[in-house]
Amino acid sequence: MSSVLSIEDLRLEFPIYQGAVQALNGVTLRVEPREIVGVVGESGSGKSVTAMAVMRLLVPGSYRVTGSATLLGQDVLAATEPAMLALRGSQVAMIFQEPMTALNPTRRVGQQMVEVLRRHRPLTRSGAQAEAVALLRDMHVADPERIQHSYPFELSGGMRQRVMLALAFSCQPRLLIADEPTTALDVTVQRQVLLLMRDKAREKGAAVLLITHDMAVVSQFCDRVYVMYAGAVVEDGPTAEVLAAPRHPYTRGLLDALPDRVASRGDLAAIPGSVPDLTRLPEGCAFAGRCPLVHGACASRPPSLPVGPGGQRHAACWAVRDGEAS
Amino acid sequence: MSAPVLTLEDLRVRFPAGKDWLGRPNEFVHALNGVDLDIRPGETLGVVGESGCGKTTLAQVLIGLVAPSSGRILRRDGEGPARAGSMQIVFQDPQSSLDPRLPVWRVISEPLQVQGRTGRAGLRQAAAAAAAQVEIPADYLDRYPHEFSGGQRQRIAIARALISEPDVIILDEPTSALDISVQAQILNLLNELQRRRGLTFVLISHNVSVVRHMSDRVAVMYLGQIVELGPTATVLGAPRHPYTRLLLESLPRLGVPVTGDAAAIGTELPSNRTLPSGCFFRDRCPLARAGCERPQALLGRDPAVRCHVNAI
Amino acid sequence: MAPTLAAQTVQPVPGGLRHSLGFLWHRLRQSPLTLAGLAVIVLVLAVMALAPALAPHDPNLVDLEHRLLPPSASYWFGTDEVGRDLFSRILYGSRQSVSVALFVVPVAGVLGSILGSFSGSVGGLADTVIMRATDIVMSVPSLVLTMALAAALGPSLFNAMLAITVVRIPFYVRLARGQALLIRELNYTKAARAFGASRWHVVRWHVLRNALPPIIVQATLDVGGTILMAAALGFIGLGAQQPTAEWGAMVATGRNYILDQWWYSAFPGCAILITAMGCNLFGDGLRDLLDPRQKGR
Repeated sequence: MSSVLSIEDLRLEFPIYQGAVQALNGVTLRVEPREIVGVVGESGSGKSVTAMAVMRLLVPGSYRVTGSATLLGQDVLAATEPAMLALRGSQVAMIFQEPMTALNPTRRVGQQMVEVLRRHRPLTRSGAQAEAVALLRDMHVADPERIQHSYPFELSGGMRQRVMLALAFSCQPRLLIADEPTTALDVTVQRQVLLLMRDKAREKGAAVLLITHDMAVVSQFCDRVYVMYAGAVVEDGPTAEVLAAPRHPYTRGLLDALPDRVASRGDLAAIPGSVPDLTRLPEGCAFAGRCPLVHGACASRPPSLPVGPGGQRHAACWAVRDGEAS
Repeated sequence: MSAPVLTLEDLRVRFPAGKDWLGRPNEFVHALNGVDLDIRPGETLGVVGESGCGKTTLAQVLIGLVAPSSGRILRRDGEGPARAGSMQIVFQDPQSSLDPRLPVWRVISEPLQVQGRTGRAGLRQAAAAAAAQVEIPADYLDRYPHEFSGGQRQRIAIARALISEPDVIILDEPTSALDISVQAQILNLLNELQRRRGLTFVLISHNVSVVRHMSDRVAVMYLGQIVELGPTATVLGAPRHPYTRLLLESLPRLGVPVTGDAAAIGTELPSNRTLPSGCFFRDRCPLARAGCERPQALLGRDPAVRCHVNAI
Repeated sequence: MAPTLAAQTVQPVPGGLRHSLGFLWHRLRQSPLTLAGLAVIVLVLAVMALAPALAPHDPNLVDLEHRLLPPSASYWFGTDEVGRDLFSRILYGSRQSVSVALFVVPVAGVLGSILGSFSGSVGGLADTVIMRATDIVMSVPSLVLTMALAAALGPSLFNAMLAITVVRIPFYVRLARGQALLIRELNYTKAARAFGASRWHVVRWHVLRNALPPIIVQATLDVGGTILMAAALGFIGLGAQQPTAEWGAMVATGRNYILDQWWYSAFPGCAILITAMGCNLFGDGLRDLLDPRQKGR
C-alpha cells in the first residue's frame, strides 16, 4: 500500500521586501493509510504552512516552492486547480482551528452542509438534506434537525467542530488534515471532539494528520509524531518512543519546559533564547544558538539521521550520529 | 495568618441580555452567582474553569471594570473604592493589550501617568526601572510593541502591571497565547518577581498544569460559582467535587492513554441565561441523588466543596 | 534565575526611515494605478506652485482680437470669449479648486474626528445629541445644502470653502465615532480604564491616534470629491468670482459656446476629471498600502 501523503524535502519561501521568509526548509513527512500522524511545533515551525502547501491553499504567486509532495499518488505541487478542486473535500478533507470562522455566519448550517455535499456527490436537495442529518447523527449530535436550522453563531464551539467533522467525513476522504482543531475549545469538549475524530477515522478507514502544539494531545491520539522547528522536521518516530526518550535537544527542551515536569513553584527548565528569524536563518543547524549540545559540526545543517535500529525513528542532530544524545 | 488583602462576599454579577419593548432588560446573563472568596497576601490564587464559568467576569470585577450587581468587596483598607493602582492586570493577548501606536515606555508608565503625579521625565525613569525588573533593556524603550516578540510583549505588560506597586496583580490567561518554551520563561519570571517583591497573584487560566505549577490555592469555577476551593495539592490532587474530577479526567496527559468513547460523554455546559435549579452540575453529575435539587452551599474550609455528597 | 534578555536574541524589526521609505516605494511599484494617482497629485501640486512660471500668458489679460481661438501653437488650449489664454487660466485655476480641498479636508477632518471620537468614547446623552444632529445635516442632499449655505453666505471662494466644510463635518464625525466604538472594546483601552484612566485620557491617548490612520485614508479619497464639489459651486456661480480663473466656472461659461468652441468646456472639464481621479486612485491605493495584513509583502 502506498502512502496517503508523501512529502520529500519540501522547501517553501514567501518573498517579501528585501528578502524572503523561509517558511519550510526541507520537510520530509509520510502518512500511511489508516494511521494518525501528529505534527508538533511552536509558532514559526511551519506546521500549518506544510498543510496549506499540500492542500494548495496558499495564495498562488505569493510563494516559491521546491521539493515534492504527493497526495494519493498525485503530485499536488504541480497539479492544476481543477485537479485540486476534485481532491479537496472528497479525497482529502481539512478542518481548522477556529470553528467560529469556518462556517459562513449568514447562512444556516443545513444550507452549508447541503451545498458541500452536493458539490462532491450526485445527490438531490432532499437527498443531501437527509444525508446531512444522518452525518450529524453519526457524530453523536443529539438533535440534528435543530442544528440544521441553526445559524453558526447559535452553536457552541464544540458543536461547530462536530459539524465540520461531519462535513469532513461526508465524502469518505482518505486523509483528514486537522490544523489545531481543538485549541480554541474547552478541555472537556476537546476530549470529546478528539475521541470522535479518532473513532470516525478508524471506522471509515481514513488517515489523519493532526497538527497541534499540545504534546499531551499528541501522546494520547497519535501513532507517530513529527516534531518541527524553524521550518524543518527535527525528530520523528512512534509517539511513545519519541516522548519517552527524545533524541533531539529541542524535543527534550520542549518536554522539559512543561509545567508538569517540575515540582510546584520550582523553576521551569526554559529553553534559552528564542525562535530564529525566518528571514535570516543561520547557515548551520537552526537550533544551534539555543542548544546545550552545540559543537563544531553544528556549523552545517544536520540531515535527518536514523536513531536506533528499525529505521522508524529519525532525529536531525549531529549528536545522534556521534552517539552522544542518549 | 494575616488579614486577607481582598474579600468577596456573595458577589453576583449579571448583564442585561435582551430588552422588552419598553427598553427594560428582561433577560440576563448570570455571570457570577454568589462568589465568596478571600485573597491572602503573598499567595498565588489560581482560578480554573471552562468558558462560561465566569472567571473573566471575576477578573473584570476585581479590577473594577464591572460593577457587582450585589454582594460586597471588602478591602484591607476599608470598603470604599480602591487606592489608585492597587489592583493591576495582565491580559491574555500580548498583541492587543498594548497600544500599537505608543512607544513602549509610555505603555509601561501609563498607570502612573493616569494618576497624574509625575511629569514626562519621571515617567520615563519609572518605566526604565520597571523594564529592568522584567529584563527589557533600557535602550529598547523607545520602540513600538510590534517590534517585540510575543514573550517580550508579555514582559512589557508585566512591567506595566508592576509600576504602580499594586497590592494584587490579576493574571488573566497570561501564557495562553505563548509557545511552551516562552511560557516557561514567563512563568519563571513571575515566580521570581513574586519571591523578590512579595506580590499577590490571582492567576486565571483554563490551563490546569500552569495553575497547578504556580498556585498555592486553587478555586474551581462552574457557572459563576466556586465549586471547590483549597490548597492546590488537595484540589487538583484529590478533587472532591464531581466537576473538578471531570475536568481533571478530561485533561490530556502525557503518556496516559485516553479512555472512554465519544458516544458516552454527556451534555455540554448549560446556558447561564436561565440558571438551573438546585445544584448547577446536577444534569451532568454521576453522583446526583436526592438532596441535589436544593441549591448547594460551599461547605468546609481549605478545602471547601460545594457538594453535600462529597463534603468532608 | 530566568535567562536574561541579553541571552535572547530577538532582533526588533529593522526600522529606520530609509528602510520604511524603500518599502513604501516597493509597494507603490506593485500597483501602477496608485503610482499614476500619485503622479497626478504631484503634477497638480507642482502646477499650483509654479503657475506663474509655467503660464505662457497672463491669465487675466483681455485681448479682444483673439477671442475664441481654437488650440494652436501660441494658445495651447485656445482662448475664451474675451481672448484670455485658456491654458494659463487652467494652470492658475488649479489654485482655486485644489486649495478648497486643501482647506476643507483637513479642517472638516480634524473637527469631525475630535467630535466623533468624543461622541463614540463617551456615549450616553452627548453621543445621542451629536448623532441626531449629524443625522439632520446628512438627511439633506449634500449638494443642495452646500449650495444653499454658500448662497446664504454670499458668493466668494472663502464662503464656498466654509459651506463645503460644514456640510462635510458629519461624515467625519460618523467615521471617527465608528472607529472610537471599535477601539473602545480593544484590550489596551480596557487596560487603560482598568488603571483608572479618565475618559478624556482614553480619547486623547488611545482613541485619537488609533482612529486617525483609517480616517486619513478616507480623507485622501475625499479630496477628489471636494474638488468636484468646489467645481460644482463654481459652475453655478458661487465660489471664486470673475475674473479669477476657476475650473468649474470655466466649464459653466463654456456651455454657451460648446457647439462651436468645444475646447472651452472640454479642457477645464478634463482638468477636474484628471485631478479628482488621481486623488481617488491614490486614496484607494493608500488603503491597500497601509493594510497591516500586507506588511512585509
